[in-house]
Amino acid sequence: MLNYVLSRLLTFVPTFIGVTLISFAFIRVLPGDPIVVMAGERGMTAERYAELEAQFGFDRPIYVQFWDYLTGVLQGDLGNSFVTKRPVWDEFFALFPATLELSLCAMVFAILIGLPAGVIAAVNRGKFFDRALMSTALVGYSMPIFWWALLLIIVFSGNLQWTPVSGRIDLLYYFPNPTGFMLYDSLVSGQSGAFASAVRHLILPTIVLGTIPLAVIARQTRSAMLEVLGEDYIRTARAKGLASKRINGIHALRNALIPVITVIGLSVGTLLAGAILTETIFSWPGIGKWMVDSIFRRDYPVVQGGLLLIAVAVMIVNLTVDMLYGVINPKIRKR
Amino acid sequence: MTDIATPAETDVARPSALREFWFYFRENRGAVIGLWIFAAFAFLALFGPWIAPHDATAQFRGAILQPPAWQDGGSWTYPLGTDPLGRDMLSRLIVGARFSFFVGVVVVSIAATGGILIGLLAGFAPKWVDTLIMRIMDVILAFPSLLLALVLVAVLGPSLTNAMIAIAIVLQPHYVRLTRASVMSELRKDYVTSARVAGAGLPRLMFITVLPNCLAPIIVQAALSFSTAILDAAALGFLGMGAQPPTPEWGTMLAEAREFILRAWWVVTFPGLAILVTVLAINLMGDGLRDALDPKLKRS
Repeated sequence: MLNYVLSRLLTFVPTFIGVTLISFAFIRVLPGDPIVVMAGERGMTAERYAELEAQFGFDRPIYVQFWDYLTGVLQGDLGNSFVTKRPVWDEFFALFPATLELSLCAMVFAILIGLPAGVIAAVNRGKFFDRALMSTALVGYSMPIFWWALLLIIVFSGNLQWTPVSGRIDLLYYFPNPTGFMLYDSLVSGQSGAFASAVRHLILPTIVLGTIPLAVIARQTRSAMLEVLGEDYIRTARAKGLASKRINGIHALRNALIPVITVIGLSVGTLLAGAILTETIFSWPGIGKWMVDSIFRRDYPVVQGGLLLIAVAVMIVNLTVDMLYGVINPKIRKR
Repeated sequence: MTDIATPAETDVARPSALREFWFYFRENRGAVIGLWIFAAFAFLALFGPWIAPHDATAQFRGAILQPPAWQDGGSWTYPLGTDPLGRDMLSRLIVGARFSFFVGVVVVSIAATGGILIGLLAGFAPKWVDTLIMRIMDVILAFPSLLLALVLVAVLGPSLTNAMIAIAIVLQPHYVRLTRASVMSELRKDYVTSARVAGAGLPRLMFITVLPNCLAPIIVQAALSFSTAILDAAALGFLGMGAQPPTPEWGTMLAEAREFILRAWWVVTFPGLAILVTVLAINLMGDGLRDALDPKLKRS
């Protein structure tokens, strides 16, 4: 097992360096000079330009610049935002809980509905229920989620007035935000109605962001279950008279879960990509919206740093999934 | 059903590959429906401007935000209503089909050609080249696809062409992995060894002996990434980083319509519906292709 963990960790290193290289290259392949962009409309004197060039290290050889960037990254130094002048690292971790909270809710939503739906479809293979569920899943899988979000807003915020359109909580509530997780903070603040407001703000973004993972999980659970249900040990379990609920729910599902967990892990990248659209539409103050805004504001250090941190986050999740996979399925470790 | 080989005929000859494929593809009713919708979509993409009742960019000042024909205030001159600038929704949707179709075709061609070539190279090359290529692909895959495409477009400048290039780059690693994996498993087989012994050169081995046997999963992937490409291009358009107004690209149309969502449901509903139906049809077709081409699932 230790060998397996170590070998997985070793492949992490070159990928990390590659990801750093791409985000490093980003600011240098941009059309135009980043210093000129930073100066904006006013322009700057030649001395000031040289000073800034030296400050950012643009006057030094490219490999030295990369080495500085890499060592800086490892110490958590990603530069400062052009716009707010605050360190990119701090901004990222101030906004990260919002995205994490939304993603976790979306994932829980997707698993809570997708897993049972997949099991039910597999057990009722070929019947009406199976067809209806899988057709719905295919529609969900094909859904342009930005449009889905707008439709939900029209129906639930516009016509029914049940949910708010944007933000994380109503403006009348104000309390310190120690963890950054609105559900927790609003609950701890003790203000009546704050928690309910936070929940109502979460509902639509959660559904929108969770739709595609939900469809993927349902489809994957169904096919994994179908495969497992054909195995000999299931027939044995049936032959010895176990209740079919127990067979489906425990014997089969446990083995069917292995590919499902992989899919769940792989959905994290999809979630972050979806978060870009979801957060933009619902004005959710998280990483996705921050990245889009920064791209439009040409705030290059933020785009560069955010790109790197998001990629590293995805890599860490993938690595964790790989390890979990090794824990659940001993066959993998031996390779 | 009469054209399937009866047992007596099977002794003589197997049905042609295409006929066999069609037999299994036809089994899947959803796939056939998907194929018909896709055919209609392709037809609109090719002949859209001649079918559309109005010019897609013509602004009818007298008919701004007119509802669809079946609603109060609608008229059959503009069957699906008009947008905030008085342009006919139906015409824009019909003409818009060609942008999505074009995106799908171009992105899949670039990504598949590049991906297959690199994948073949990785499969045949010495170990260190293979490792290098696969690590580079890992790096690209570490970024969420839409984010990477968004940043690439920010670098290249927002336009439909750049959006297509960005999406192709992001989708390419999937082809590389798929091709490499199939090549690896094919290389161990006897027919490759015998071709090698018979003196086949490297290019012949790569493109004539091995590649045709790796194509099935790649074709399925091509169908699936066709729909991904359409979705991503629409998403980029929606974020203002794809096709630019007044191009009637469906995602861009949605972006333009956003502020009217609570006043005029039709300007938001129809472009999205067009994207959904197209993507759904292609995915249905992809499922059918997979069932028909993947020998492992074929006769189960």
